[in-house]
Amino acid sequence: MASRFFDHKKLERNVTLLAIGAFITVAIGGIVEIAPLFYIDSTVEEVEGVRPYTPLELAGRNVYIREGCYTCHSQMVRPFRDEVERYGHYSLAAESMYDHPFQWGSKRTGPDLARVGGRYSDEWHVQHLTDPRSVVPESIMPPYAFLATREIDFEDIDGDLGALSSIGVPYDETMIENAAADFAAQVDIFGDASGLRERYGDVQIRDFDGNPAMLTEMDALIAYLQMLGTLVDFEAAAAQEEAR
Amino acid sequence: METLTMKVGSLLLVAFLAFVAAASAADSGFAVHMWIVVAAALLATFVIANKADFAALARGGAPKPDQSRYDDDPVRWGVIATVFWGMAGFLAGLYIALQLAFPVLNLNLEYTTFGRLRPLHTSAVIFAFGGNALIATSFYIVQRTCRARLAFPGLARFVFWGYQLFIVLAATGYLLGITQSREYAEPEWYVDLWLTIVWVAYAIVFIGTIAKRKEPHIYVANWFFLAFILTIAMLHIVNNLAVPVSFMGSKSYSAFAGVQDALTQWWYGHNAVGFFLTAGFLAMMYYFVPKQAERPVYSYRLSIIHFWSLIFLYIWAGPHHLHYTALPDWAQTLGMVFSIMLWMPSWGGMINGLMTLNGAWDKIRTDPIIRMMVMALAFYGMSTFEGPMMSIKAVNSLSHYTDWTIGHVHSGALGWNGMITFAAIYYLVPRLWARERLYSLRMVNWHFWLATVGIVLYAASMWVAGIMQGLMWREYGADGYLVYAFSEVTAAMHPMYLIRATGGLLYLAGAIVMTYNVWQTIAGRSRTEKPMSDAAFDPEADRPIVSPQTVPAE
Repeated sequence: MASRFFDHKKLERNVTLLAIGAFITVAIGGIVEIAPLFYIDSTVEEVEGVRPYTPLELAGRNVYIREGCYTCHSQMVRPFRDEVERYGHYSLAAESMYDHPFQWGSKRTGPDLARVGGRYSDEWHVQHLTDPRSVVPESIMPPYAFLATREIDFEDIDGDLGALSSIGVPYDETMIENAAADFAAQVDIFGDASGLRERYGDVQIRDFDGNPAMLTEMDALIAYLQMLGTLVDFEAAAAQEEAR
Repeated sequence: METLTMKVGSLLLVAFLAFVAAASAADSGFAVHMWIVVAAALLATFVIANKADFAALARGGAPKPDQSRYDDDPVRWGVIATVFWGMAGFLAGLYIALQLAFPVLNLNLEYTTFGRLRPLHTSAVIFAFGGNALIATSFYIVQRTCRARLAFPGLARFVFWGYQLFIVLAATGYLLGITQSREYAEPEWYVDLWLTIVWVAYAIVFIGTIAKRKEPHIYVANWFFLAFILTIAMLHIVNNLAVPVSFMGSKSYSAFAGVQDALTQWWYGHNAVGFFLTAGFLAMMYYFVPKQAERPVYSYRLSIIHFWSLIFLYIWAGPHHLHYTALPDWAQTLGMVFSIMLWMPSWGGMINGLMTLNGAWDKIRTDPIIRMMVMALAFYGMSTFEGPMMSIKAVNSLSHYTDWTIGHVHSGALGWNGMITFAAIYYLVPRLWARERLYSLRMVNWHFWLATVGIVLYAASMWVAGIMQGLMWREYGADGYLVYAFSEVTAAMHPMYLIRATGGLLYLAGAIVMTYNVWQTIAGRSRTEKPMSDAAFDPEADRPIVSPQTVPAE
C-alpha cells in the first residue's frame, strides 16, 4: 500500500507511529459521540418533580445494585404503544439525571421496573421478594428472604451523599448533615418528618417491610421500588392542543 | 541479591498495607478482599524466597536464562490458566442457565442468586478465559514474529500473576455483592486501579518486545494486539471513573449519571466486544491460521484495510445498545449507521482468514485443528452479520431486552472466541511442552463436534426464545388489549431455556475432552490412534535471533 504521498510500510516499521496512529483512530468515535452529551443542553431536558434520592431510597438502590437486579430488569420504557400500555409513560432522560450509575439495564428476564412505584402494595413486595413464586407462580426470580432479617447500617450514609454531591448531585449541606436522621425518619410514621419533607418534598413515609422492630435492607429496597417512576406527574402535562 | 531484597521487601510492604486496610475496613467485603491481597503477597514472598538460588547469588548473580530460546514460561502458565478458567466460566454459565429453567437452584442463599452469578459467568469467560488466552498468545506471537525474547521478563511474570489476582478479586467480589453494576466492568474502584497497573505493565512488555525486534516489519497480528491493548486501557480508565465513598471501603459512585453514564458504559461495553473479543482474537487468527494451514495470509492489502477500518468503525457502535431509550436520537442514529458499516471490515477479516486456506482446502477434511479455525471464522462471519442487523432500529425494537441478544452474544463468544482459542491451545501445547504431537488429534475432532452441536442448540433456541418474547410482549388482540401478561411470556420460555442448557452442557463436555487431552499431552503421553494430518513443527527453527544485529533503520 504505497503511493507517492503515503507509504504504509512506514507505520509497519515504527511501533511509535503505529501506536499513535491506532490511538487517534480509536479515540475519534468516542469524542464525537460522547463528549457533546455533556454540553448540549437538550440532552437532558429538566422536568419538574425530579429530585435526588432520599437517604433511605439511596440505600435501597445500593441493595438493588448489589444484588444485580439490573441483570434481569430494565428501567427504561421505550416509546412504543405496547410498552407504554404495559409499564406506563416512556422514560425521560431527566428521570435518571441523578443516577450514578444508571440502571437502564439491557435485558428483560423480568419486567421493566422504571415505573413499578405504587403498582403493588408494600406487603406484596415483601412477600414477592421473600418467595417470588408464592405470588407469581410462573416467576423464575431468585428469592431474597435474607433482606428482611438484615439490619441496615445507616450511620455512615452521609458519606454516600457527600460522595454524590461531589459529582454534581444537588445534595446540600443540611441534607448531608441530616442524612442519618432523614433515613430513620422515613420509616417512622410517628416521628417528626418535617425536616425530611422540607428537604426532599412529598416523600413516602412508612414502615415499608411491615416490621417496625427493625430497620432492614428490605425497608430500603421497597422504599426505592415504591418511588421508582413516581416523581414526574404525567397527568399534569396536559395536551397543548385541542383534539379535532 | 539487591533485586531479590527489593522484591521481597516490596511484597512484604504490600502485605502489611493490605493488613492495615483489612483491619480498618469500612465494610466486610473490602476486608475479605484485603485479606486475599495479604495472602497473595505472602504466598508470592514465600515462593520467591524459596526459589531463589542463594549459592548462585553469592557467586554474583543468577545464571542468565538460555538466550537462544524464547521466554515461554508465562505462555505455558497462561495456557493452563486459560483451560482452567474456561472450565470455571463454562460451568458457571451452565449453572445460571439451569437457574433460569429451575429457579430452585438459586438455593435461597444470597451468594448463589442469578444476579450475583451472572457477572461471575461473564467475567470468567471474557476476562479470565479470554484474557488469559490473549495474554498468553500475545506473548507467544510477539516473540516469534519479532524473533526476540520478551522484553522485561520480570514484568511479564508480574503481568501474569497480577492478572490472576485481578480475576480472583473480581470473582470473589461478585459473590460478596461488590459491584459497580456496569456490565462487563463490574469490579469496584480499587480492583480497577489494580487492573490499570497490570495493564500498563502488559503494554510495556508488549511494546518493549516489538521495540527490540529483529525483524524489520511488525507483523499484522501485532497491530491488532497493539490496538487491543491501547484501546482497552482507554476504555477501562474512562468508563471506571468513580468516586469512592471511603478509601477503606468497596463502594463507589460512577462519575457520570443517567444518559451520559449509559453511553459511556456502552461505548465501553461494545468495545470490550470490539477490542477484547474481536481485535485481540483477530490477532490470534492472523498468526495461528496461516501457521496451521502452512500458507501465507491471503491478502496483505486486505489486512491493512481490515485493520484500520475495523478499529475506526468499532468505537462508534456503542449507542446501538441504547436504541429508543432516552439517549438523543442523533447518537442512536450514528451508532446504527456505523454498526452497519462495521459489517464490511468484519467480513473483510473473515475473508482474509478463510481465503488463507486457498490451495489447502482439503485440510478441513484432514486436520481437525484447521476445521476448528474454519468454524471459528464461520461463526465470526455469522455473528458479525447478525450484529449489524440487530443494530437496525426497527429490528432492535423487537430484539432488544430479549434472549435474542443472549443468543447473538453466544454465537460470537462460543463460536468465534471459544473455537479460535481451543484451536490455538491445541496448536500451542505440543510446541510449548516439546511434545511430538497432541495426546490425541481424534479427541480434537470430538471436541469440535460437541462444541458445534452445542452452539447450534444454544443459538437456535435463543433465536426462537428472543423472537417469541419480542412478539408476545407486543401482541394485541382483536379487542385492542395486550394479549399476554409478562408472566405468561416467562412461562413460554421454559422449553427454550432447557434446550439452551443442553447446548451449554455439550459445549462444556467438549471443553472437558480438551482438558483431558491437554493434560495427557503435558504429561507426555500419546494415544495410539490412526494418525491425522497436523502442521509440521521444527523446534530448531523456533528460536530468536541472538546476533547483536539491531533493528533496521526506521
